Amino acid sequence: MRMLTFAGRNIKEIVRDPLTLCFGLGFPLVLILLLSAIQANIPVTLFEIQHLTPGVTVFGLSFMTLFSATLISKDRGSSLLQRLYTTPLSSLDFILGYTLPIIPISVAQSVICYLVAFALGLQISVNVLYSILFVIPICILFIALGLLFGSILNDKQVGGICGALLTNLSAWLSGTWFDLNLVGGAFKSFAYTLPFVHAVEMERALLLGEFTKILPHLWWVLGYAVIFLVLAILLFLRQMKKQ
Amino acid sequence: MTAIKIIKLTKSYKNLVAVDNLNLEIKQGEIFSLLGVNGAGKTTTIKMLSCLTQPTGGDALIFGKSIIDNPLDVKKLISVSPQETAVAPNLSARENLELICGVYGFQKIEREKKIEEIVNLLNLQSIIDRKAGKLSGGWQRRLSIAMALISEPKILFLDEPTLGLDVLARTDLWDIIRSLKGKITVILTTHYMEEAEELSDRIAIMRDGKLLLCDTAQNIKQTAKADSFEKAFVNIVKGVNL
Repeated sequence: MRMLTFAGRNIKEIVRDPLTLCFGLGFPLVLILLLSAIQANIPVTLFEIQHLTPGVTVFGLSFMTLFSATLISKDRGSSLLQRLYTTPLSSLDFILGYTLPIIPISVAQSVICYLVAFALGLQISVNVLYSILFVIPICILFIALGLLFGSILNDKQVGGICGALLTNLSAWLSGTWFDLNLVGGAFKSFAYTLPFVHAVEMERALLLGEFTKILPHLWWVLGYAVIFLVLAILLFLRQMKKQ
Repeated sequence: MTAIKIIKLTKSYKNLVAVDNLNLEIKQGEIFSLLGVNGAGKTTTIKMLSCLTQPTGGDALIFGKSIIDNPLDVKKLISVSPQETAVAPNLSARENLELICGVYGFQKIEREKKIEEIVNLLNLQSIIDRKAGKLSGGWQRRLSIAMALISEPKILFLDEPTLGLDVLARTDLWDIIRSLKGKITVILTTHYMEEAEELSDRIAIMRDGKLLLCDTAQNIKQTAKADSFEKAFVNIVKGVNL
């Protein structure tokens, strides 16, 4: 009950911020439309709608890090969090209250991306539902990063690191905008040690119904999600104690 | 009845003793002010009493509950209005009050009743559906105090409640604080001497983490041989005429 009240407040804070709508929904949709238009004129396999949509969906999820980190860092910067620390809310209430509200936002964002993709010719199939379901572990990974950065950075630093650096890095290293084989070498090897390309390849496999191919990628995503979540919880508790 | 019993409360950092062996007793229903220049240890004392900071020595009992051993029980008895205005900016004033009711576990019917009562008590009708972040400083402070009061705490900590407010907003808040006398134990920190003198039953003066004096405003003036409370405060802090 207490946690749900706090989570409800966090949902309202996020969705009432106009930047959320611009970046969280608008930007991925613009990219799908733009790259589909390019693909229509200069056909590139990478930008075919069944390849592009899973990548853009994962790219859109990188904004969840920005949303959660911004919310936490702003709360830390104001006295609101200090006030809430003096109430009967427990540490677990705070962590769940910051994490859970972003899951439905992530799912809604993915659903909208797929609806636009249908309009652009993506075949309607049950595999889309699996793709949307498996968005959940990926969004937990990005939310955990948000909790982690929000616990150590102020809101201006969050804008730079999560808003610019992380969204770009996770996009370049995901194989969404260009085939990693084109660069190859150390860049490709490095990309495959991070979770972003695995998240995209898992989503692509699900959408194409190639379920046997999801497993190595799912473990990478889950492994990183657990590591980031544990780190985030430790850092959040540390700043809570410092407060 | 004793609301707060502070026993040898100490908070030290690496090279600094922020609060040094503080002993105090505060009665139920009292309005009690903590005064001191910057760095005197007022805010650290409030942070320890409200379970935000762990003491490095001593303890304090809030209605018999230790801030070290029973912080969750203590948190159910207290409420804090921090120095800066602590409201959720994208939520309306009503939603801010609902948030606090929710985190204290009040059910819907009880919540609505409490909101109506606090809105009437603090005259928040005109701003209740406006976004908190768009309100003036005075209204935000008033909302912040409403958020602190709505959980019906036994002890209310007000850290610099009128800082940065204009004269009218300040006197309005004074009226609200005065109206709490006898009902809630109020612990107030302030830099405004007239505020402490006007509102408090007793005043504690701190310097360098130590308690210098604790008495009524009238007795403090007599002790310091001063005709105004401000002079008395300066004399005590500087150790003049004592």
